Amino acid sequence: MYNYLEELEARTIYILREAFNRIEPLGMLWSIGKDSTALLWMVRKAFFGHVPIPMIQLDTGMELPEVYEFRDRIVRDWTINMVVEMCPPEETMDPTLPPASRAAARKTEGLKTLIRRDAYRGIILGIRRDEQSTRAKERVFSPRDLDGHWDFRDQPPEFWDQYKTEFPEGTHVRIHPILHWTELDIWRYHLRENIPIVPLYLARDGKRYRSLGEKNITFPIDSQASTIEEIINELEATRAPERAGRAMDHESEDSFERLRASGYM
Amino acid sequence: MTDHDTAYRRQLRIVFAGHVDHGKSTLIGRLLYDTDSLPDGKYEELKQVSERRGMPLEWSFVLDAFQAERDQAVTIDTTQIWFKANNRDYVIIDAPGHREFLKNMVSGAAQADAAVLVVDAQEGVREQSRRHAYLLHLLGLRQVLCVINKMDLVGHSADRFAEVSGEIARYLEDLGLGLVGTIPISARDGDNLAHKSPHMPWYEGPIVLQALDRLEPMPSPIDRPLRLPIQDVYKFDERRIIVGRIETGILRVGDRLLFSPHNRTAVVKSIEAWNAAVPPVEARAGQSVGITLDEQIFVERGNIASHDTHAPVLTSVLRTNVFWLHDKPLLVGNGYKLKLATEDAQVTVQSIDRVIDTQTLAGKKGEAVHRNEVAEVTLRARKMLALDEYADNPATGRCALVDVYDTVAGGVVNMKGYPDQRRLYQVKGTNLHEVEHLLTPDARAWRNGHKGAVIWFTGLSGAGKSTLAMLVERTLFNKGCHVYVLDGDNVRKGLNSDLGFEPGDRAENIRRVGEVAALFAQAGFIVISAFISPYQVDRDRARKAAPDAFHEVYIHADLETCEQRDPKGLYKKARAGLIQDFTGISAPYEAPGTPELMVDTDRQPIEDCVRQIVDYISVATLLEAPDAATAS
Repeated sequence: MYNYLEELEARTIYILREAFNRIEPLGMLWSIGKDSTALLWMVRKAFFGHVPIPMIQLDTGMELPEVYEFRDRIVRDWTINMVVEMCPPEETMDPTLPPASRAAARKTEGLKTLIRRDAYRGIILGIRRDEQSTRAKERVFSPRDLDGHWDFRDQPPEFWDQYKTEFPEGTHVRIHPILHWTELDIWRYHLRENIPIVPLYLARDGKRYRSLGEKNITFPIDSQASTIEEIINELEATRAPERAGRAMDHESEDSFERLRASGYM
Repeated sequence: MTDHDTAYRRQLRIVFAGHVDHGKSTLIGRLLYDTDSLPDGKYEELKQVSERRGMPLEWSFVLDAFQAERDQAVTIDTTQIWFKANNRDYVIIDAPGHREFLKNMVSGAAQADAAVLVVDAQEGVREQSRRHAYLLHLLGLRQVLCVINKMDLVGHSADRFAEVSGEIARYLEDLGLGLVGTIPISARDGDNLAHKSPHMPWYEGPIVLQALDRLEPMPSPIDRPLRLPIQDVYKFDERRIIVGRIETGILRVGDRLLFSPHNRTAVVKSIEAWNAAVPPVEARAGQSVGITLDEQIFVERGNIASHDTHAPVLTSVLRTNVFWLHDKPLLVGNGYKLKLATEDAQVTVQSIDRVIDTQTLAGKKGEAVHRNEVAEVTLRARKMLALDEYADNPATGRCALVDVYDTVAGGVVNMKGYPDQRRLYQVKGTNLHEVEHLLTPDARAWRNGHKGAVIWFTGLSGAGKSTLAMLVERTLFNKGCHVYVLDGDNVRKGLNSDLGFEPGDRAENIRRVGEVAALFAQAGFIVISAFISPYQVDRDRARKAAPDAFHEVYIHADLETCEQRDPKGLYKKARAGLIQDFTGISAPYEAPGTPELMVDTDRQPIEDCVRQIVDYISVATLLEAPDAATAS
């Protein structure tokens, strides 16, 4: 009666409730993708149908139209306090960054502006350890310094679900409630819970998006998986990494580490 | 549609621990490669990255993602990676072996079901091999597999394998930690990981992959007593929902719950769930739940809900085995924030009882606990805490210590020798009404010529409490005082004849003495109590019973002196193991921090001690002229 997805879910709900109790003001980044939508679903479970935390989208204006349509429908149906933060334009980004990383840097800047302006002490994020090797090293409660930087060389100890909840003035914490889930876990959970998703994840004409990002730097993969069951079957067989279609991960050996150290999700 | 979520076997979380450079990351990288678990392109990426650094293929780069880790070829932080084998998912947790990064090792290992301890065949068992093993044990891991790595460097020698594996096995045995197996491997070459090595035909045991198959996830603790630490109370709508995660046991609608430490009870009216077809009637260990109660009793974060038949221990003193992670040492008298389950409390370090050398397992007295050391310390909280012995219930028997912003230590609770204070704090009668006395304390004092007082002697057995009490009593009596001694002889025979010498009974004994002494003092007597009363909390309670009239007198003598005197032969019996929980030998004595008076029977003649005490009492019970306060 008690299975492994419930175990993962129970842990996520525990983390969400810890964050909600300990950190204020608190916001959550909702990228409208499969991971943060599953997380939003668990927010509703944790708070018994309510969404007591604002959902934040870092908008570059470059998402696919299906993403915006989906967002507006969910915001209306689930009664969400939605904050759309427009990110600064690409021209203002560090020109030494490779081009695709500049889009990520825009989001980082948008997030920093938002945190500064609205004085958030905690931001919930739907990143997972299995996505990317620097994310694999993350803590569940991960402190950021005054500039939003991640000091990955000196992370706080974290054990027995006793999270870091004390911070100097002006700093904030990133909270990662689905760090322990894998891509497959997320899809199995979608299937089990019947959570709505952006239709771009499902194959049409032999192509689907495995990971959703800006339209200029994210590419669909070849796939026949037109239902969630088929996605699961596809992923159980594949060895291609999830973010293969994300240009920014592959521009240089350390591009992702640099992005994350300076405050990217 | 297939039922996807029941089809999967529970994943197993394994931490790889051991000394720096003994090859943990390499072992993991190679294991992933040999089980075909690396994503496409990863192998090519590793080759490229290794070549760029002028190294042979470096398996550890699979995990060591940071530039700094790759440049220095050392794991800085713990990481996790998934792989599939034996029809289940494994989560591999890599724990850094360098002593600089012990906090990261702990962060990784605390999440694991089982551990693989990696030891270098050439170097043998080293400092961090032992320290890691010790911490694995402290963190509660009970399944440890040992691999002796780099067998290629010792010519695949069976003798060397026997030597190193014997050494680590002996150490673990001393810790009380059993090994599930020891395997000779060469991670770089893939020997005995997923494929049997052709170089070690003398080894006939399982290879790593087979041994991993035999490890099991930690069982869900549903058979232990219910513990539901409260996380929060929600009032989003008309419901008042109390939320938390069930750490152990089972909770059902209709159960009467006891909330500790305040001991209020109520019945579970519902288990709330959003989007559930049928509302649940039962919830189990591991589940994050929300419940409503039949009565609106006061419940807050930090409380622990249990069934009243198996309640947690209540105490304001806790003895813990801690691992210290901070640069600033732990010192007696320092204050920290304690986090235990969902509770926070300010605590002070009362004593450092033993600093443990993880290399030899020897304990020594210490004034400070330094970074990466392990020690037994006694902590005192300003409020009552609900908790369990770690051995009884890990989730409510372990804590973290926080110094301002930083988590500085973790510890497991070991309450041996300390009583449960639950019984002592409850007023059982509910129909008690205070009867007002027509006589004031002042009137009694003027009649007697002195104020009433509780002169509370505390000290080790053999320190001279009874001897001094009798001499002081006679001196005061001769001066015309109303004075009486309470001691074991006159209290244990009657009032407390129902009590034994268990820690709980001893605490109750002292509680009653404190209450009786307070009554004597109100009646105008100077009452001298002569009990070891080893626990500060008990003496504080006695003080509470007679707040303005209580005087703590520490009768001090060194333990060695007391043991030599041994007037009743008790030390001898305690040393022989005939008396359990004997103060100073097998149970702690908490010396008073700030007694009103201290006399030292070791260094002062007995007459001086008597005079000192009598002088003190004379001043303390001196009558003040009604206008004295305003006149001065």
